[in-house]
Amino acid sequence: MATKTEEVITGIDQFLRRDEEKDLLRFITAGSVDDGKSTLIGRLLFDSKGVYEDQLASVKKATLNESAGAIDFALLTDGLRAEREQGITIDVAYRYFATPRRKFIIADTPGHEQYTRNMATGASTANLAIILIDARKGVLPQSRRHAFIASLLGIHHLVVAVNKIDLVDYREDVFERICADFRNFAAQLQVPDLYFIPISALYGDNVVSKSDRMPWFEGASLLHHLETVHIASDRNLTEMRFPVQLVVRPNQEFRGYAGQVASGILKPGDPVMVLPSGRASRVKSIVTYDGEVSQAFPPMSVTVCLEDEMDVSRGNMLAPPSHPPLVTRCIDARLVWMGDQPLDLRRQYMIKHTTQMVKAQVRSIRYRVNINTLEKHPATELHLNEIGAVVIDTHSPLFVDHYGRNRATGSFVMVDLVSNATVASGMITGRDPRVPGAIPEHDTATAALARISDAERQARIGHPPVLIWMNGGAELAYAVESELFQRGYVTHVIAAQSDGSVLLDLAQNVLAAGLVTICSAGFLYEVQRERAGSLIEPNRFIDFDASRFEDPGRVAALIMQELAARGIVPSRR
Amino acid sequence: MDGLTLTHLRMLEAESIYILREVAAEFQRPVMLYSIGKDSSVMVRLAQKAFYPGRIPFPLLHIDTTYKFREMIEFRDRFCADIGARLIVHTNRAAIEAGANPFDLGTQKCCGLLKTRALLDALAEGEFDAAIGGARRDEEKSRAKERVYSFRDAHGQWDPKNQRPELWNLFNSKLSPGESIRVFPLSNWTELDVWQYIHLENIPIVPLYFAKKREMLVRGSMLIPVERDIPLLPGDSRQQVMCRMRSLGCSPCTGAIPSEADTVPKIIEEMMLFRRSERENRVIDFDQEGSMEIKKREGYF
Ligand SMILES: Nc1nc2c(ncn2[C@@H]2O[C@H](COP(=O)(O)OP(=O)(O)O)[C@@H](O)[C@H]2O)c(=O)[nH]1
Repeated sequence: MATKTEEVITGIDQFLRRDEEKDLLRFITAGSVDDGKSTLIGRLLFDSKGVYEDQLASVKKATLNESAGAIDFALLTDGLRAEREQGITIDVAYRYFATPRRKFIIADTPGHEQYTRNMATGASTANLAIILIDARKGVLPQSRRHAFIASLLGIHHLVVAVNKIDLVDYREDVFERICADFRNFAAQLQVPDLYFIPISALYGDNVVSKSDRMPWFEGASLLHHLETVHIASDRNLTEMRFPVQLVVRPNQEFRGYAGQVASGILKPGDPVMVLPSGRASRVKSIVTYDGEVSQAFPPMSVTVCLEDEMDVSRGNMLAPPSHPPLVTRCIDARLVWMGDQPLDLRRQYMIKHTTQMVKAQVRSIRYRVNINTLEKHPATELHLNEIGAVVIDTHSPLFVDHYGRNRATGSFVMVDLVSNATVASGMITGRDPRVPGAIPEHDTATAALARISDAERQARIGHPPVLIWMNGGAELAYAVESELFQRGYVTHVIAAQSDGSVLLDLAQNVLAAGLVTICSAGFLYEVQRERAGSLIEPNRFIDFDASRFEDPGRVAALIMQELAARGIVPSRR
Repeated sequence: MDGLTLTHLRMLEAESIYILREVAAEFQRPVMLYSIGKDSSVMVRLAQKAFYPGRIPFPLLHIDTTYKFREMIEFRDRFCADIGARLIVHTNRAAIEAGANPFDLGTQKCCGLLKTRALLDALAEGEFDAAIGGARRDEEKSRAKERVYSFRDAHGQWDPKNQRPELWNLFNSKLSPGESIRVFPLSNWTELDVWQYIHLENIPIVPLYFAKKREMLVRGSMLIPVERDIPLLPGDSRQQVMCRMRSLGCSPCTGAIPSEADTVPKIIEEMMLFRRSERENRVIDFDQEGSMEIKKREGYF
């Protein structure tokens, strides 16, 4: 008896040691009604419990009652159904499960009524989204909408689960066709990681373990993918941002700034700048209840002490002087409208951004996005569940980054001043270039080090630089380039690949080199195009819609006309 | 890992600390509801961490029904003194003097008076605008949609249709006059996370959680503590039983379970095995607490 007890104790201690080491993945499930979302969630919760608890039970060598195959999930599904029909559709339910490798938080967004608002809410904290597609129906407009919202909210990992594969006889060609359809569409979105998987949520094929009914599928099971997908590098670890939550000052000796590291890495000795004052200091120490630490990274909650005595308060931000955020009172942003009352341009709202609350007013609506077609329409209002691009003025400066680069400093919510309701969520896409005194964002310390001026570059090359943003495909871009080149322009083509994240940096670099830069990115790279438009001087940016033209010669002629109108003409040939 | 990734427990910890600091910064008069249970113990530890090296900037509020276990009250007083926390104890005196007890009123009515009413009164009396509670979303189905900041109208009522969407970690703390909120910093913790954290951090908890030989009233499969006089039924007997409490409430309404688990790891192990047996019996349930098997063993009245 005694030996048995000992064996159990070793087991549980080992289990705990290992278990306390695992990390956390948050994901969201999206699908149209009846695609099998509830069944899948039920499957994951139920079967993973098995996987999890059995690892401990196996130590005890108890008999195992395998639950593979025909579990009746009707009960479970009905439970969720009932919940859904209670009328509380405007909601996100959070569910939890764990495996020996990871803990998971599912944001489950039922209902289709308030889908955009719900999905945006669930997606805002998610690392990954599972988009369910019914194998019999293929890619539907809703699937596109789900993918769009996921990418809008900055989710890096998309899993397309082609469900009910049992109903199409586990056929590879059906799966492949759906993948191709989806890939086609997804090229327009900024999703760095796409994973396709055929599953049967009902029978469990490829959900927890790999199914032998689809030998043609070479990937891992859904759960295995969720357990192993690499999310650590999704964070921004290069630009340190530390929004101050509160000042900790228990006595005369101690003064620290409490907050959560939003991005980057913070170490004692690091130079920091306090925003908005701009005053510089260094990190003296990083204090926690468990002792001082040698570095802090997201999402650690710590208390930072600085070398110098300064006036720092809640809402201030610590950032490295070499890579500060944008300090601005005017932002370009995408809004998901969540209020019952539509957006009113005449009214003031509150914005909560990092640890700041500021008054704000929406100056203009650039456009509204049709979330099914992704087309843009002019708009004067935004209604519940609509998405639009807006320009916002704030009463005091915000310290922001582009949402694509920094989820924490690129996001905000809008609060109604009268009802106090949260009426919108916002993703910052840039700063409005029309603000007087706006300086280009890339005007950083490095520019001051340059020994060759733009004028010198221009004299050597023979014309000023310009960025031509055009759609119509790489082939057309190269054809146009060769026309321009023959006319004496020094040119370069950037053909966008699926990863759009470096596109703008590339374009700006080539532009800085003084060349006529043709960016073949098309309407698929909407965010970057918009951003380029707001970052680059208007007379150095040509946004050319080539989709209406077949003939490269014609496109080249039109572009040269535009160049000539702006005085961008080669002085030599 | 690369040294720049937090474990799930440290991630939950960081998130909870962030929430506690937001509440302290954005509300005039926050208070932490302290129930003496394991979740409260975890919450207090998180508050200590959040404001270190400062003190916890808000008081702890315990609603004492006067039916709590003696061991709970002893623990409470020692614990609060040890960490230097400010403790407010509130009791619905009027109801006690009128003789409120679970045997005559029934559990529901008794709880209504001694817990719910008492809490609302205490919050009003202290003019608290934010009450921090230890509830978790995984406790039961209906809590899965609960917000971290949960709004109450001027009557302390919760309107499920009028809750605010919560995106990222941007909590909207704006209140209209008379409104208040409940804040749940442990929203994303599961029961297992709480136990693991207690283990990892060596957090003190009430000894009633640990198995020990205790004198119990045995009624069928129920184990009822004999802290005070309980009306006997035919067939009841008093016995020394090796047992422990899974949750702590009032002594007349909290059953014990037979158990040998006298350490935190053993409790965790016991919990895992419970669930496994449920699974084998094909009890499909989302909540870990909700299963009949456990409820029976706990002896719910
Ligand atoms: N044959 C088959 N039926 C499924 C599968 N997944 C779900 N279903 C069924 O599809 C219906 C809708 O599923 P449910 O999970 O409620 O869909 P939801 O509306 O997306 O939550 C139910 O009758 C399920 O049993 C599957 O993989 N194969």
